[in-house]
Amino acid sequence: MGFLEERFEDNIITAKLDQILSWARSTSAWYFQFGLACCAIEMMSTAASRHDLERIGMMPRSSPRQADVMIVAGTVTLKMATRVKKLYDQMADPKYVISMGSCANSGGPYSRAGYHVLKGVDQVIPVDVYIPGCPPRPESLIEGLLKLQDKIRKERPLTKKK
Amino acid sequence: MIINQKVSDIFQDKFPGVVILPEEPHNDYIQIQPEKWNGLAKFIKTDSELKFDSCQCITGIDLGIEEGLEVRYNFHSMKLKHKIEIRIAVERKRPSVPSVEQVWRGADWLEREVYDMYGIRFKGHRDLRRMLLPDDWKGWPLRKDYKTPNIYNGMKVPKVRKGWD
Repeated sequence: MGFLEERFEDNIITAKLDQILSWARSTSAWYFQFGLACCAIEMMSTAASRHDLERIGMMPRSSPRQADVMIVAGTVTLKMATRVKKLYDQMADPKYVISMGSCANSGGPYSRAGYHVLKGVDQVIPVDVYIPGCPPRPESLIEGLLKLQDKIRKERPLTKKK
Repeated sequence: MIINQKVSDIFQDKFPGVVILPEEPHNDYIQIQPEKWNGLAKFIKTDSELKFDSCQCITGIDLGIEEGLEVRYNFHSMKLKHKIEIRIAVERKRPSVPSVEQVWRGADWLEREVYDMYGIRFKGHRDLRRMLLPDDWKGWPLRKDYKTPNIYNGMKVPKVRKGWD
């Protein structure tokens, strides 16, 4: 700590505003709490005390207006896909989507014969991270969320794009 | 399953011509004509010897393109602890069966589900809409001659990407 000691007044740290912003966003990515199928059970278990998502700053919100991340946990039927799109549109920017499990990734067991299932949620909304598994274990979900945090941390929201 | 024989006998006694007798005698189910089904339903619910107060299940079945459709009912009596299965055959073009929704209130959603999947219309049902599929869905998915749609509300239904096979 010798390098920083007694160099600033009143606990000031200098950094780029861009970095502070993306760091703050990445460590408080509140997710939208809605489950579509069995993946939701794993999502709930991840949020519960054993794996505890709040230690990485993620907290379930019941309204799309308050959420930053949408975890599409489960089979997206055609009937539900319309609603998923609507809920995604209701979320405030910046927003991110995690596709959790085989069903949301590609249709999973319904990919061949399912007359009612959307074959991959990325046909309807843009997806940032795909998590394989049927359903993925909480460790996989946390891995995916950490990947998303890395992605958010690399963003430079204020820098002009060339 | 002596109760089936008993119920069948009571039916033939009180409602002649309603029961379609099987070619070989069996006790698995009772096949009946659809016409008088509503009055019959009220009778088996209230009759002191039968008292089928619980409608446990209503299923549709597609027996094949030539055979046509069928509705199957499973009833149980909580009081007398016996059960029966009743089958009603319907034609493929304009299938229609009298509704028992006002006899057993639990039959409401069961009939709606059969309507949703097979397109069998339950005459007298007060709220016959689709149960699981969206309201603007076309076709009856569990019929043998159902073709999976290519597109629904701008979303592609069959697998779209190359290399997935």
